[in-house]
Amino acid sequence: MSDTTSTGSARSGAPSPSGASSDVIKAIPLRHPGRWIIAVVLVVILALFVYDAAVNRPTYDWPSVAKYLFDRRVSQAVLVTLELTVLSMIGAILIGGLVAVMRLSPNPVLRALAWVFVWIFRGTPVYVQLVFWGLLATIYKTVTIGIPFTTAAVSWTTQEAISVFWLAVIGLALNEAAYMSEIARAGILSVDKGQDEAAVALGMTWGQTMRRIILPQAMRVIIPPTGNEVISMLKTTSLVTAVPLSTDLYTRTRDISAETFNPIPLLIVASIWYLVITSVLMVGQYFLEKRFARSTRFIDVGGNPVAPTAAAAEPATTGESNERGGA
Amino acid sequence: MSDTASSSASAESTASAAPAARAAEPMVRAEGVMKSFGSNTVLKSISLEVGRGEVMCIIGPSGSGKSTFLRCINHLEKVNGGRLFVDGELIGYRQRGDKIYELHPKEAALQRRDIGMVFQRFNLFPHLTVLENIIEAPQRVKRQGRDAAVKRATELLARVGLADKAKAYPASLSGGQQQRVAIARALAMEPKLLLFDEPTSALDPELVGEVLDVMKSLAASGMTMIVVTHEMGFAREVADSLVFMDGGVVVEAGDPRQVITDPQHERTKAFLSKVL
Repeated sequence: MSDTTSTGSARSGAPSPSGASSDVIKAIPLRHPGRWIIAVVLVVILALFVYDAAVNRPTYDWPSVAKYLFDRRVSQAVLVTLELTVLSMIGAILIGGLVAVMRLSPNPVLRALAWVFVWIFRGTPVYVQLVFWGLLATIYKTVTIGIPFTTAAVSWTTQEAISVFWLAVIGLALNEAAYMSEIARAGILSVDKGQDEAAVALGMTWGQTMRRIILPQAMRVIIPPTGNEVISMLKTTSLVTAVPLSTDLYTRTRDISAETFNPIPLLIVASIWYLVITSVLMVGQYFLEKRFARSTRFIDVGGNPVAPTAAAAEPATTGESNERGGA
Repeated sequence: MSDTASSSASAESTASAAPAARAAEPMVRAEGVMKSFGSNTVLKSISLEVGRGEVMCIIGPSGSGKSTFLRCINHLEKVNGGRLFVDGELIGYRQRGDKIYELHPKEAALQRRDIGMVFQRFNLFPHLTVLENIIEAPQRVKRQGRDAAVKRATELLARVGLADKAKAYPASLSGGQQQRVAIARALAMEPKLLLFDEPTSALDPELVGEVLDVMKSLAASGMTMIVVTHEMGFAREVADSLVFMDGGVVVEAGDPRQVITDPQHERTKAFLSKVL
């Protein structure tokens, strides 16, 4: 305390409220030579690879890459891929949310239905499902809307009724909905049980509790993995050739390369576009997550309440007992 | 009817089983209430009565079934045996002749809206502001207009001393403040009965007083309350009756001062010697 017999230059005895007198530590940072060596080696290897790819490998055919990167057919295909992604994800989120709520409903019929849905659509490959959707017109040749036991009816052939594009959207959306429902279910289950009880005790019905209390809080948990699913969906759209839809990015570039007998540059073109879109989505996801992380008001304090005013009165025990060093 | 050790818990309500006028009917009447979770019987024949405007405190060691009993009263738990009436209405079931029918969840919700509940861990809705927490149920359940609900909520916030916190989020409040908001939220539904499940057990000691003060003023205003608590001071000062539960039965019940100062049963004595 005040009996500082130390000869320290700046140590001025009694604990002063303005701690300006203490030394600022200017330590020499720890060196990490290993990191530098590894980084240099990796950069050299990368440079060699790039040089090699640019000069020694004509099959990459960089001029063709440049030529097709902004080809009209390719940019149109990019648009189709984006449309597929967005529409399928919207469908998947809506259906998935519904299925998740059904899975947790007190109604055993709805629960069973939701379970079977997830079982089928998560349990079979999306590629196989897309082939099935493509064969819909073969299995069900006509769509008939009519009044039962009468002859009055409107009928279309399935091919007229629904385009290949929408079949692809349905196929992708239903498959993804199975995954989205699990994500939504996890989000719903992450909400404290007391929330449900408090709402029910106020006389709110199950539906009101879900809509007004549980789902808004579940969003915090649901949103980040949903961002991942969007990116995953973007890439899954490359499978729509199974339907077969041929206007998406991957199928279009493959079709072009079938004409030019030069597949590699077009694979690179497709990869670049997928990477660009993914990167844009990643930025979006970053901001979305930041936004939801920001709402600290979501943090349920439960039994450990923050008491700003009470905690502010911090006792003035600044480790003085350690001060008798010197002598 | 009262085959447990206890006589009727409330001192003055000597109303017999015949419910003549509604006013003579106690607010809560439990007749041999039983509750089990699987093979674990938590409540073994609880019988007691709480009169209108009365405050009953329930004490007992943890696991004695006091919280479960409280949760049965607003049907958060289903009663397995006996009968539980609030304001003369059978809770959770409908009786026709000697057949008992389960209530539809909507009917159960209708019963609950008149029975307020305050939880140990507050259970405020963290995504809503204090005001929104309070007006949510009046708007959704009672179909009150927003203006009316806000007006009422503002009055209630003033009553619990938090008029300036209407726009705050629960996480920014201290535990005591959160619990007072939770009380205001329960009051917004204009309940005829308020249940408190260890309302101060999750609070820092210095915050307990502010919550108890609100509860005292509620009791003084004539609200019927059942309070599961460990606050013996509150029980002695405010309660009209005190019930000591252990092992799923009412061991002792009566006037709080009498029970606390002169307990008749060994288990009550042992428990009180530890908490006093």
